[in-house]
Amino acid sequence: MPEAIDTVEPTAAAAPKDRASGARRAPVARSDRAYWATLYGTTAIFVVICVAFLVTLIWNSVPAWRFSGLGLITGTKWDPQNSSYGGLPLIVGTLETAAIALVLAVPIGITAAVSIVHLVPSRLRTPLSSFVELLAAVPSVVYGMVGVLVMAPKFQGDVLPWLQHVTGNFFLFSGTVSGYSVLLAGTVLTIMVLPTIVALSRDAIATVPHDQVEGALSVGATKWQTLRKVVVPGARVGITGAVTLAAARALGETIAVAMVIGGNVHLSRSLAQGGTTIAAQIAQSFDGATALTISNLFALSVILIAITASVNLLGRRLLHRANRGAML
Amino acid sequence: MSVSTLPADPILERRALVQSTARRSFARRTLVSKVMLGVCGVTLAFCVAILVWIIYLLISNGVQWISVNYLTQDPSTPTVLQPNNVGGIKNAIVGSIVIDGLAIVMAVPIGIVAGLLLAEADNAFVNAIRTTTEVMTGLPSILLGVFVYEILVIKYKLGFSGIAGSVALAILMIPIIMKASEVAVRSVPSSLKEAGLSLGLSKGRVSRRIVVPTATPGLLTAALLATSRAVGETAPLLWLIGATYTTSWDPFKEQSALPISIYQAFLNGISPQLQQSAWGTALVLVTVVLFLNLGSRLAAAYSQRERR
Repeated sequence: MPEAIDTVEPTAAAAPKDRASGARRAPVARSDRAYWATLYGTTAIFVVICVAFLVTLIWNSVPAWRFSGLGLITGTKWDPQNSSYGGLPLIVGTLETAAIALVLAVPIGITAAVSIVHLVPSRLRTPLSSFVELLAAVPSVVYGMVGVLVMAPKFQGDVLPWLQHVTGNFFLFSGTVSGYSVLLAGTVLTIMVLPTIVALSRDAIATVPHDQVEGALSVGATKWQTLRKVVVPGARVGITGAVTLAAARALGETIAVAMVIGGNVHLSRSLAQGGTTIAAQIAQSFDGATALTISNLFALSVILIAITASVNLLGRRLLHRANRGAML
Repeated sequence: MSVSTLPADPILERRALVQSTARRSFARRTLVSKVMLGVCGVTLAFCVAILVWIIYLLISNGVQWISVNYLTQDPSTPTVLQPNNVGGIKNAIVGSIVIDGLAIVMAVPIGIVAGLLLAEADNAFVNAIRTTTEVMTGLPSILLGVFVYEILVIKYKLGFSGIAGSVALAILMIPIIMKASEVAVRSVPSSLKEAGLSLGLSKGRVSRRIVVPTATPGLLTAALLATSRAVGETAPLLWLIGATYTTSWDPFKEQSALPISIYQAFLNGISPQLQQSAWGTALVLVTVVLFLNLGSRLAAAYSQRERR
């Protein structure tokens, strides 16, 4: 506060000087115009970058669309050496890994968020949630590294054979297992999207009015019944937004996935085998590729942008709606 | 006496029914509740345990690599006779300092001024910009690398260079800073601004002398948050900075960076020793990133206390 007062004084002293010079409005108006010009001008740099970004990606992808057409989305064979650019294995891998991550992370994340808001003593609330959020700060290359050095051997030796055994060689886990697999990528992504789900659902759950919770408890509902029938439904929109944003993050994650997914470009029904995703494929094959391959990677980038941007916007719309609801 | 002759009240009957049902199911409901609350607690403990596990892995595998030599030497190639001869990460440390430093210099002014506009103006253009920042923060960061590669490395023939990486990281940082500084500027009490305006100050003066100084802790949060994100990014640098094994302070030459040097250790045909030594690099990187992140949280907590 004292800071603000200090800074007001010198400018207040400067104002009368303007007036004394006889130019009462002009300097103010002019400096206002300069002010807005600076603001809009600087923002324009950002706008130009965004437009250039979009135009560059779309422009460079034109040769690929001309060459492959819709085969880029529906074709099943990705083989740049023989100029065959079928993007389906990449798209399927992207969706698979994100789906695995959500299936695992959503129940864990929401229950953890519920615990932070309603079960943990209030003194521990902030430290605990900050701690979980720090998971989001760990660079993705470190997750990739943990995946390669620690988790992949475990998956190869224990987890995947056990899954095959337990599920009776169910088709999702069948075949020769590979440590570097779609399932491992999905598991690594689970860890990476957990903080997003926990932090945003926690905010949504915290906005459920306390009198509703107390109302449920006062008519004899148990704590769990209250949480399940009142708190979580009350935070439904916000939680959906949280999950949607987590999905966007999982769909676009590059390095960690590229390191652990195995880079297998053939469609496989089994999650216990290698796969690839759009982002991982861009990371692994951009350099030294032919012009046509690069163009196809640009086209895949455009598809990836379309997917992540729409999922992202949907999530944010939901979160905005949830926050507005909280204010009413 | 006459009360007993009245017909039974249906509401009372219903209440009795509800109460008896509730009483009968009480034991079961309490048990289910206890079990499920336990499950909730376990999932939270699981989330916490993951971070503890990752920190444990980094420290237990990484500390042995940290030494003066490791931090001040360039990488060297392990040979059959000397499999542990992996050298150091000086190239990556220097590269990260130069690349991230330049990215900060580019992104922070643009991000803060543009964030000021988001907070101060309210029209269709500004709303469109706000939506754009949201989309940009959610985009896969590798696409920024691909974009900068096409523009700077290929079209403007800059070649692989640290500065290209800085530009990609700056583009990544700008929308993050914009959003966070919009929040910071909006939290400045309007009474302060109005006091300034009522003294005849121009809008620009009020922003420069009142709004920005008051919002400084929040703006610091924004800058630190974006920096902590940028320092750990691998994907946008992947095809831009050349990833050399020698140290260079010149951003127009090929450089390396901490996350890139970790990633390189895992490319095909590289020795297991090098992969193990990546734990050391990761420990350095995560320490830096977590400190920046904690710094941004402290600045945020400070600005919130100031506001009260």
